[in-house]
Amino acid sequence: MLLLECPYCGPRAEIEFRYGGESHIRRPGPHAEVSDAQWADYLYNRKNLKGEHRERWLHAAGCRRWFNVARNTVTHQVLAVYKMTEPCPLPDDTGAPVGDPSMTPGTAMGGAA
Amino acid sequence: MTTTLFRTGSGGLIDRSRPLRFTFDGKSYSGLQGDTLASALLANGVHLVGRSFKYHRPRGIMGIGADEPNALVGVRRDDARYTPNLLATQVELYDGLDAVSQNRHPSLENDRMAVNDRLLSRFIPAGFYYKTFMWPHKAWDRLYEPRIRAAAGLGVAPDKPDPDSYTQRYAHCDVLVIGAGPAGITAAMEAATADARVILCDDRAAMGGSLLSAASVTIAGKDSSVWLDESLAALARMPNVTLLSRTIAFGYYPHNWIGLTERLTDHLAVMPAGRPRERLWQVRAKEVVIAAGAIERPLVFPGNDRPGIMLADAARTYLQQYGVSVGRRVAIVAAHDSAYRAAHELRAAGIAVVVIADIRSRPAVANPPDCAGTRILSDASIEGTTGKLRVTSITLSAGSKRETFACDTVLMAGGFTPSVHLFSQSRGKLAWDPELQAYLPGQSAEAERSAGACRGRFALEEALADGMEAGRAAARSAGFATGVEVHGPAVTVSHPIGEGGHIGATSSSKGAKDKAFVDWQNDVTANDILLAAREGFISIEHVKRYTTTGMATDQGKLSNINALGIVSEATGRTIPEIGLTTFRAPYTPITFGSLAGRARGDLFDPARVTAFNDWAIEQGAVFENVRNWKRAHYFPRPGEDMHAAVARECLQVRKSVGIFDASTLGKIEVVGPDAAEFLNRFYVNAWTKLGVGKCRYGVLLREDGFILDDGVVGRLAPDRFHVTTTTGGAARVLNMMEDYLQTEWPDLRVWLTSTTEQWSVIAVQGPNAREVLSPLIEGLDVSAEAFPHMSIADAQMCGVPMRLMRVSFTGELGFEVNVPSGYGAMVWQAIWERGKLYDMVPYGTETMHVLRAEKGFIIVGQETDGTVTPDDVGLAWAIGKAKPDFVGKRSLARPALAASNRKQLVGLLTRNPQIALEEGAQIVSPSAPGTSIGHVTSSYHSSVLKKSIALALVRGGRARIGQILHVSMPGGSIPVGVVAPVFFDPEGKRINV
Ligand SMILES: [Zn+2]
Repeated sequence: MLLLECPYCGPRAEIEFRYGGESHIRRPGPHAEVSDAQWADYLYNRKNLKGEHRERWLHAAGCRRWFNVARNTVTHQVLAVYKMTEPCPLPDDTGAPVGDPSMTPGTAMGGAA
Repeated sequence: MTTTLFRTGSGGLIDRSRPLRFTFDGKSYSGLQGDTLASALLANGVHLVGRSFKYHRPRGIMGIGADEPNALVGVRRDDARYTPNLLATQVELYDGLDAVSQNRHPSLENDRMAVNDRLLSRFIPAGFYYKTFMWPHKAWDRLYEPRIRAAAGLGVAPDKPDPDSYTQRYAHCDVLVIGAGPAGITAAMEAATADARVILCDDRAAMGGSLLSAASVTIAGKDSSVWLDESLAALARMPNVTLLSRTIAFGYYPHNWIGLTERLTDHLAVMPAGRPRERLWQVRAKEVVIAAGAIERPLVFPGNDRPGIMLADAARTYLQQYGVSVGRRVAIVAAHDSAYRAAHELRAAGIAVVVIADIRSRPAVANPPDCAGTRILSDASIEGTTGKLRVTSITLSAGSKRETFACDTVLMAGGFTPSVHLFSQSRGKLAWDPELQAYLPGQSAEAERSAGACRGRFALEEALADGMEAGRAAARSAGFATGVEVHGPAVTVSHPIGEGGHIGATSSSKGAKDKAFVDWQNDVTANDILLAAREGFISIEHVKRYTTTGMATDQGKLSNINALGIVSEATGRTIPEIGLTTFRAPYTPITFGSLAGRARGDLFDPARVTAFNDWAIEQGAVFENVRNWKRAHYFPRPGEDMHAAVARECLQVRKSVGIFDASTLGKIEVVGPDAAEFLNRFYVNAWTKLGVGKCRYGVLLREDGFILDDGVVGRLAPDRFHVTTTTGGAARVLNMMEDYLQTEWPDLRVWLTSTTEQWSVIAVQGPNAREVLSPLIEGLDVSAEAFPHMSIADAQMCGVPMRLMRVSFTGELGFEVNVPSGYGAMVWQAIWERGKLYDMVPYGTETMHVLRAEKGFIIVGQETDGTVTPDDVGLAWAIGKAKPDFVGKRSLARPALAASNRKQLVGLLTRNPQIALEEGAQIVSPSAPGTSIGHVTSSYHSSVLKKSIALALVRGGRARIGQILHVSMPGGSIPVGVVAPVFFDPEGKRINV
């Protein structure tokens, strides 16, 4: 069971959290400018990385807030924890919304419960 | 005192003043406090304890602990307390213990299935499951499999519920030390002295590991037993140390999360009432020290499985710890110097050691025992053994000489395998040490270090020093300052453990007449593994699965390394080239009870009940489960079945009035300056123009465009909405709202509060609903003009706050009374009393379903299945067309979701009104009867309409209204007419009154 550091509550056991899939996926819009292919990519395609992964977690049995975790999916090493509205603090990061105010901070996937 | 023939006159850690009675297979024996079942049986001269898995060969006790492959027994306390598959080496003896052997019919001495060994074994070679019984298929099901399962069995599971309780505990510590042998004790002492919070656990009843069987050993100038007692006492005095004996570390999980099970009562003669049997510890440790010791290796030679053939160090331990002689005349087969230590100690206890057959060329002579009377052979080859239920002789050859020695015991000293199971579970990388010929812990993957014999530090002095170093390093890593480096304590031993060892089969195994076992528990022989190699199974993972070596409950603790050695020799590759199979949790079998803990019975998946549950029970309601909720399904009167009750309930609601518990519907209060904007983006509907005091039916999609949930939303104030969801969707909808608010639209100022359990909801539906309620309502005009359909307002009822909604899921005039749950029962009773004037009936979920189906109202999850759009079920009108965006909007524009031949909601009527269609039945067109074009989603007998009605999703359904289609039924397909999906009051006149 992982030990995750909720940015609001501190370190807690994985059992308190819910995994929310890959993070930093922009919900494309406005709709008129989004092709069917782009939209399908947003709906259905994920990286499924082996290695360093930016992912969403919900402190479901705690503060009920979403946050981001950069985690190595092979070793479970947690590389960084950061709030939804923050860029990934890792120096080599490419997925963070740094300096791009149009970029939304995360991806809510309706009904992906 | 009874005479137990094989108990020594003195010594050992047993309490000779406390004899214990016990039975094995119904026969009475005597043991001593401090015995295990295994040591007590051996003290009585009993070696034969089981029949082997496949060949039903007689088997004896081989080891001393968790590595034991043969001595699987069932222990019975009473009818419900029977635990199969326990290791006799781990079962602590108590007075009255009742143990039975397993896998023998009818008895251990006389097992009918032993024919497997003598006559049938050529039919059950390695991989026999895959070869022999594949054809004909029916014979496998009816003949082969049942017989194989009956023949190859472990113990029988108890058939009564477990009466014991189990508890669980979470714990945190700075340093968890696993194993309380010499290395574990010094590691714990060093870490604790540095002020770290330490947990030290050990699977045995007594801590000390190999020190418990040490003979003529001094540590720091004291006898080792004195040093051990003083060290444990010192640890026990430290407030920052938790000592857990009888506690096995079974699993190592990510981020230093370790599972331990502590056995609390199994060793007691009388189970103390109210005390849990086991405690599961879930420990999060900053640092872990694994001091798991080593497992002695057996030698692979023909006939190496007869009772009386056991591990040499186990025999030595039975002597030193339990005062038990494993035999009178002992032969030792050796590949490691420890054989000579065992020989010396056994001889000192008066046991005859007739021969030491060392398979090595130059046996260690550094510490030869007093050899008088003991033959020592080198370059020895073990040709075989004899004996039916106990070994009676061993045949050895050395050089050109071949000799048979009479003996009652054969000890195997094959060397020691470091116990790397937990390290490997932690995903640490194992490294092959060519000098030690062993896999040792390499690079750690967790905050973890190994110490002592489990990383090849076999000698006592080394293990003690290694533990100290590990304990200090762990404390430092956990943030504690450690004192100056001190060396390990000085040690003297009269007979050191020495070195050596052999991996694989010994030379005589090949082509021998008798079987040379590698895996005792799964009956895998050296020839089986060679056969697998010949048949092309080169990968050790394949060899394992094909031969099943290492796949028994002991997970190959004794067998894996020898199997590797055989594959290595057969394929000409080195052991590190072959690699290792994966070690998996649990290290030893653990009980389901410990994992379940308190989560049993009512606490397994707790039921949710509403404030009206007791009332409904009193009224004789039949309940159904909706998720975790208990909901009244229908309220039968005497003599009524469900059909009759529902028919009556439906008629009475439409005729007068009914009362219904709607409390389980999800409720979320959505509040804030941007609440309307949030709902605009979330639901398909437009909310901006919804007036205060008004309700609207909302439809929620997933981002892929399919319906997720629905419910009525009322506006209480410009910035406040009362949102209802389906019963099953309440948590899902709240989760999704939070998700979007936090991760897509963090700019919106909206707050969400789940109020599902705060409100009790009483639905009063029917033409007389207003008459029933209005005298009870304070501060609100509920006339048709002042409070029309789809209104919401806060007022009072029976003196308590009430939120009243005028809504209808029945098609009748209807209200939903929301009151704080604590007042629910009181308000319900008041409404119920008043309703008697109008013959009001309570109705359940079945009547609710029928009434809504008569009106063509969908139920999410019944008419929808995750592939249904709003237009599919005729809800396109709900969509706010002018809105630039809402969840799922973009998906609705994809071609497949806008296609005209999608399945659409229609009504179906059977020609015979008495026949109700089967829900889920497939629908075909008469012109193309081979192709399903839809399915029935809901079907009921309507007592109001005096006919059956059904809702269905049919491809291009709306264009088929008026057509005849066919529905498959159990007796063949029947014709149905396609109609609009509203069967009752299509104009909605009854709602607007
Ligand atoms: Zn939190």
